[in-house]
Amino acid sequence: MVSIPPSTAAPVLDTSAVTPKSLLSIRNVAKNFGKNLVLRNISLDIAEGEFLTILGESGSGKTTLLRIVAGFESATSGEVWMGDERLDQQPPYRRRVNTVFQHYALFPHLTVEENVGYGLRVARRPDAEVKTRVEDALAKVKMTAYAKVKPSNISGGQQQRIALARALVNRPKLLLLDEPLSALDANLRRQMQLELKSLQREVAISFLFVTHDQEEAMVMSDRIALLRSGELEQVAAPREIYSRPATAYVAQFIGHTNLLEAEVRGGIARCSSLSWPVRLADGPALFSLRPENIVVVSPATVVVSGRVRVPGRVVNQAFHGATELIRVQCAEGVVLVVRTPSSVAGHAEVELEFSPGDAVAVRKSAERN
Amino acid sequence: MFSRAYKMAVTLPPLVWVAAFLLTPYLLMFCYSFWSVSSAQVIVHHWSLDNYRELLRVGVYWQTLFRSMWIAARVTIFSLLLGYPLAYFLSFHAGQRKELFYQLVIIPLWVSYLVRAYAWKTILGSDGVLNTLLQYVHLTRHPLEFLLYSPFAVVLTLTHIYTPFTFLPIYAALEHIPRNLVEASHDLGATPGQTFWKIVFPLSIPGVLAGATFAFVLSLGDFLAPLLLGGPSGIMISNIVVSLFGAAYNWPLGAAISFCMLLLVVSLIFLSERLERKWSFS
Repeated sequence: MVSIPPSTAAPVLDTSAVTPKSLLSIRNVAKNFGKNLVLRNISLDIAEGEFLTILGESGSGKTTLLRIVAGFESATSGEVWMGDERLDQQPPYRRRVNTVFQHYALFPHLTVEENVGYGLRVARRPDAEVKTRVEDALAKVKMTAYAKVKPSNISGGQQQRIALARALVNRPKLLLLDEPLSALDANLRRQMQLELKSLQREVAISFLFVTHDQEEAMVMSDRIALLRSGELEQVAAPREIYSRPATAYVAQFIGHTNLLEAEVRGGIARCSSLSWPVRLADGPALFSLRPENIVVVSPATVVVSGRVRVPGRVVNQAFHGATELIRVQCAEGVVLVVRTPSSVAGHAEVELEFSPGDAVAVRKSAERN
Repeated sequence: MFSRAYKMAVTLPPLVWVAAFLLTPYLLMFCYSFWSVSSAQVIVHHWSLDNYRELLRVGVYWQTLFRSMWIAARVTIFSLLLGYPLAYFLSFHAGQRKELFYQLVIIPLWVSYLVRAYAWKTILGSDGVLNTLLQYVHLTRHPLEFLLYSPFAVVLTLTHIYTPFTFLPIYAALEHIPRNLVEASHDLGATPGQTFWKIVFPLSIPGVLAGATFAFVLSLGDFLAPLLLGGPSGIMISNIVVSLFGAAYNWPLGAAISFCMLLLVVSLIFLSERLERKWSFS
């Protein structure tokens, strides 16, 4: 650390714009169940007011990580800090975090109102305060009308809202959400994604959200932490993680992509008959090229300088509404998936064009299971 | 889906069984309770309410019935106090050894009731294991007489015998509680104690009711434990029924007492079922 004279310290060292104040810090956390390594050396910081999503396939360890933060599971090694308070040695009921459970975990013998007021009651808040805060929380999730009803008499989406209100009413510093939308059907789910996101902005509480759905992660998060077999592959904002995937796994897990195994020699990457200029050292390299960055052009048009053009034959077409994905056989072994506006394709022989800058070099993902 | 003949073939045997071996005896008993015995020791088929009047008039009958209920109530309370913590420990904290502990609780049920009652006789008697031990360590100078042939011995033995019956439904109810409710309670700031009283216990009430009903009903009708260990002060209502049907040869009066007990037990079971339904939320 360089010591800075007091006169210049404030304006010069303002790093808060880059990394806002950290709320929760997960440091070198590892977890194994017997011989089974579930998490290896996870370090992750959550900023105040941030919506951070832990994204991963089932078995990636994402729920275990959340449970370690909540206190239902203890880490084999590593630490969890909230500010200057060490969290991982405290029982769950002393932590200022609340959880929205995957299956809501509403207390079946209590009414909606009693469920929401539970945290305040066990903390022995005065009756008047419990009453107003419960009312506010129910109003926030638009469930005031159901205050006296038992949870078994309301729908899944409504139970979801109650679970949310029950957690938020305690004004935690951090809210943990364990796949809270996975039990809802697709339409309701999309609606809840937007509601949850706007609610998070409104209450300005940090959300640590766990999901296996990459689309959900993209829609809601400020940042995504992609977990694979117990290790973080990349932590970045949705746009960043989509346009600059760090590894082949990230590129494939988030959205569609074409992975091109190329050989770089003298500033030129070659993959079968395709070649394009790169700024990389010689050797084998892996590239991710998104389908929407490839365009179908008419053979008659002039090749724009700097763009790569390749002929091919359409082998498959999948309609997706506004767009469709076509698979084009370009050369020996090279099949490119291309996203085009619907109804453009239809010709068997096409010419494809992309900009070399859109082929993003990615690290080969380590072989794991 | 199934043919009429098939349905009949499946439902008829149990119906016949129940009618022949349950309803008919009950009906017979009900009829007997209105008849009487003549001085020539013959059962007279003359209908009257005399037997029921006799029950109310002669103190020993309803006093014994109340004593039996008091014994059954104590057995119920003690087996709940033993069975609940045991079930709670097994369900929530036994971990890997759950199966083993469960079997250890169940095994006594395989041992004959008589053997267990006699075992207590050996333990509690004047020259029994307990008295010998107490005198050996000089805690008492003479054998404690109240240990055997007393309501105490009956309550102790029945508690020992019926605790597994209260344990089982409580254990089942506790096993049914989704563990994420316990986690949610802790997550919302409730201590383990608060979580138990506000979440776990209310959700286990159906099991407690079922267990209490078992213990109460089974010990209320018990006649072996009072016969072997109760002595004159530990007599229960079933002993009276047994003697009325046996040596006293007054079947009609015995039937009247039996019918009163049946009514009591059936209404208890009915009540407990209503309460259980009120407290179940699955």
